[in-house]
Amino acid sequence: MAGLYRDTGVVLRVHKLGEADRIITLLTKKHGKVRAVAKGVRRTTSRFGARLEPFGHVDVQLYPGRTLDVITQVQTVDTVAAGLISDYQRYTTASAITETADRLVSEEGEPVLRLYLLVLGALRALAGGERDTSLVLDAFLLRAMAFAGWAPALTECARCGEPGKHPAFSVQAGGMMCGRCRTAGAVHPSPETLALLVALLHGDWDVAEASGPGARRDANGIVAAHLQWHMERQLRSLPLVERRGRDSDGQTRPGTVPATE
Amino acid sequence: MYEGVVQDLIDELGRLPGVGPKSAQRIAFHLLSSDPADITRLAEVLGKVAEGVQFCETCGNVAEQEQCRICRDERREPNVICVVEESKDVLAVERTREFKGRYHVLGGALDPLSGVGPDQLRMRELLARISSDEVTEVIIATDPNTEGEATATYLVRVLRDFPGLTVTRLASGLPMGGDLEFADELTLGRALSGRRAL
Ligand SMILES: [Zn+2]
Ligand SMILES: [Zn+2]
Repeated sequence: MAGLYRDTGVVLRVHKLGEADRIITLLTKKHGKVRAVAKGVRRTTSRFGARLEPFGHVDVQLYPGRTLDVITQVQTVDTVAAGLISDYQRYTTASAITETADRLVSEEGEPVLRLYLLVLGALRALAGGERDTSLVLDAFLLRAMAFAGWAPALTECARCGEPGKHPAFSVQAGGMMCGRCRTAGAVHPSPETLALLVALLHGDWDVAEASGPGARRDANGIVAAHLQWHMERQLRSLPLVERRGRDSDGQTRPGTVPATE
Repeated sequence: MYEGVVQDLIDELGRLPGVGPKSAQRIAFHLLSSDPADITRLAEVLGKVAEGVQFCETCGNVAEQEQCRICRDERREPNVICVVEESKDVLAVERTREFKGRYHVLGGALDPLSGVGPDQLRMRELLARISSDEVTEVIIATDPNTEGEATATYLVRVLRDFPGLTVTRLASGLPMGGDLEFADELTLGRALSGRRAL
């Protein structure tokens, strides 16, 4: 068939279509974001089975349709999804990752290899269960924002560009601010929180995992506030992410955003 | 485009799940050629739905009174609760005639992408029922998809803390009438982990 193409991708989300079909939103390696129809996928006898469920890491074959491409074949690459739905904390975290990725890419069919690798890496880290889910999410969000071109300025002043470790942070300004540029409404993260943010942005896991619960909570709030500031609409999944530190007593706490002064 | 009310009817029908523009047109013209009494009956039912359908105070199932038929039935075992996502799942389990206990309808599945967390479902009501009633077993019968599985995972975690409560998950595995070689990894994995001795 003319126009048939193959790619590898991660299922970001699924929507019901008609009686038995679904629209599958994939983030693929070569074709970026692809929205495609999986016909009959909701029937128990579908040959697609559960391969096209959210977080599925799959090889797909598609043919271009008039409005949406159509999925003709699917093979599972690895079972990362199984490790994500077996734990509620990982599930909510993975949902925030896929929603963010979906929202960051507006144009379909445009290659976004860097974001694809970030999503896959984050989902694998979550499924592996070795890293703190909250750190995995914040590292992903910071790096995804860097991909989008609006990573917070951390090692220089967001206003004047003066390099150094500055005292104030403002989402409106786009990051840290020096003593001269500081505006009202800025928050003052601790040096440990700032170090954690820098480590998460650069994937320095030794530093990130050595951080204390206070720094993690504050970093978490700053990342969420920075992300929401740049998103047109609020992310639905982010407030539902279950944040629970390893060092806590097993009690859960909702994601927090630090109050501005 | 048709004139006036006919087009309005087609538009309204087209907003229903699973009804495309073609089907909407077909249903609309079917209704136009139907006996007026049939249409009146349909309109009356829709009117009643608009006035508000009642949900069972105990289990959340659709009901005609404060309690649904199943919760009112003294013969149903009060110590076993089957947790499902929607009222239609109650019907599905009832059709098997295998289950003699009672139900709890959550009103959906945990789905962060749609903004649905534990507080948006009837989770608290379930925990209250288990705390106060003589419930000894909870059967989790959420859908065998990502959201349903995640909901089951969450339920298992919160129900673990009730002493003496048995929590089971509906076995899910290979669909009858299918070939093993076509089974996907997730389904086959579930079927393997849920295998039973013969
Ligand atoms: Zn400055
Ligand atoms: Zn009831």
